[in-house]
Amino acid sequence: MTDAALPAHVGDVIVRATGIEKYFDDNHVLRGIDLEVRQREAVMIVGRSGSGKTTLLRCLNFLEEPTVGSVWIDGVEVAADPLHARDRRHQEQIRQIRLRAGMLFQEFNLFPHMSVLDNCIEAPLRVRGEARQRAIERATYYLEVVGLVEKRDEFPARLSGGQKQRVAIARALCMEPKVLLFDEPTSALDPELIGEVLRVMEDLAHSGTTMIVVTHEMHFAREAADRVVFMEDGVIAEQGPPEQILEAPRDERTKRFLRRFLLT
Amino acid sequence: MSAAASLQPGVPGIVEQVATARRRSRVRWRLQFALTWAVLLGLLGFALWASGNINLDFIASAGPYIVQGAWLTLLICISSIALAVVLALIGALGRLSSNPVLNGIASLYVSLVRGTPLLVQIFFVYLALPQLGLTLPVVLGGIVALGFNYGAYMTEIFRAGIQAVPRGQAEAAEALGMPQRLVFRRVVLPQAFRIVIPAIGNDFIAMIKDSSLVYVLGVQELLWRASTLGRRELASLEGLLIAAAVYWGMTIVFSFFQERLERRMARGDR
Ligand SMILES: Nc1ncnc2c1ncn2[C@@H]1O[C@H](COP(=O)(O)OP(=O)(O)OP(=O)(O)O)[C@@H](O)[C@H]1O
Ligand SMILES: [Mg+2]
Repeated sequence: MTDAALPAHVGDVIVRATGIEKYFDDNHVLRGIDLEVRQREAVMIVGRSGSGKTTLLRCLNFLEEPTVGSVWIDGVEVAADPLHARDRRHQEQIRQIRLRAGMLFQEFNLFPHMSVLDNCIEAPLRVRGEARQRAIERATYYLEVVGLVEKRDEFPARLSGGQKQRVAIARALCMEPKVLLFDEPTSALDPELIGEVLRVMEDLAHSGTTMIVVTHEMHFAREAADRVVFMEDGVIAEQGPPEQILEAPRDERTKRFLRRFLLT
Repeated sequence: MSAAASLQPGVPGIVEQVATARRRSRVRWRLQFALTWAVLLGLLGFALWASGNINLDFIASAGPYIVQGAWLTLLICISSIALAVVLALIGALGRLSSNPVLNGIASLYVSLVRGTPLLVQIFFVYLALPQLGLTLPVVLGGIVALGFNYGAYMTEIFRAGIQAVPRGQAEAAEALGMPQRLVFRRVVLPQAFRIVIPAIGNDFIAMIKDSSLVYVLGVQELLWRASTLGRRELASLEGLLIAAAVYWGMTIVFSFFQERLERRMARGDR
């Protein structure tokens, strides 16, 4: 992408994935992905089911070990090392990457045995070694951001799906990551709960949170994305500003995908 | 409320009448159930008494001594279940380990213990260990044998419990930058524990009965007292009846707590 195409508010490159390939056994799922994301940029990844969107996101924080390639986030670079994936040194490097990249899941994955507040302060306390008071202050702040501070003492089982995902966002923010990775954060939600989560995400995007979002919510992508990345068969087929990709795609595959999307 | 009012059926008070009828029939059912037990047990007791062979003096004089053996039975069970939980946790970690040696050790333990009778294992502690130069006090020997035995069965329960924690839980913790050990200790283990607690309760109740086997070591628990005294005073039947009643009573009491615990855990995710 040339600098001329960049929106004014974005900063320096903060995430760089280089030559990512991923095999599941002999299934070649990612076939060479290069992706750069800049500070304060909101990148939305769209594409057909099975095109490798989730796998790419999980390779960025090494929940899946890429087969080939490397990931650089804010000064930490980790090269894929599938033969020594469980080595201590490699694992520690991966942890450094993860401290810089928060992740949100389709299924929220809140810790059910901890209150909302404890969900939010667990990692700051035990991973970053923060003082309890400080961690609670920050958790309170981010719970306010997602509009759930009054639920801080509830347990996840007593929250709606939308509330759970918002708590999960607050939990991720409490680690002050450089980038947030979202994997279809609203696809497990009842339709009437999707809006509240997307609103929070849109606010975050507009207030300059760097994020990479896999989504099927085309309307949301158009509103909140700085850039849309269209994936097909494990490669990036086309990328650019949302108006261009979603309204005037050049690539045949993107056109086909969007056509079907608009029909259904 | 107004919606409910507008749905009032035609017959006045029919809702209350149905509720009352249902409550009555439930009470009646329980009464009949309790009566059935009382009659059957009463008949059994009467038959024993009527046979004229029951030595009531023995029951009165030796009864308290035998019953107090329950304390030792309980102590053995609590200690053994604690030992078993620790062994099961280690065993489950071994069974889930990618290290072939650790996995091998844990699997061999489970296989050996589950493949041999508990009584053989108890005799092993009693007879074989001293030959190897290790003599345990009998109570400790009993606890070790029971703990090892139950630990092997519980290893599989713990392993299943750990595997039953959704993969996403560990992934969420890892994504937050938690190192493996922390992920296990703070996120996976507490949830696995909640899953296996009912099973631990079941095993505890089973152990109350299996603990009787350690009487062969000369541990002066419930069954040892009953059989020893009974044989000496030619009142084996009476002794065994007392022991059986106490075992039964203990399992009823603990099953009651167990069921309540299970129900409470099923109700809310808290
Ligand atoms: N853990 C895994 N083991 C084996 N194959 C996998 C695994 N995860 C994904 N795959 C395969 O990789 C391919 C891409 O899957 P992926 O989940 O990345 O697609 P996706 O674009 O996220 O699709 P969706 O829109 O349905 O979420 C699929 O063919 C899938 O079967
Ligand atoms: Mg996916």
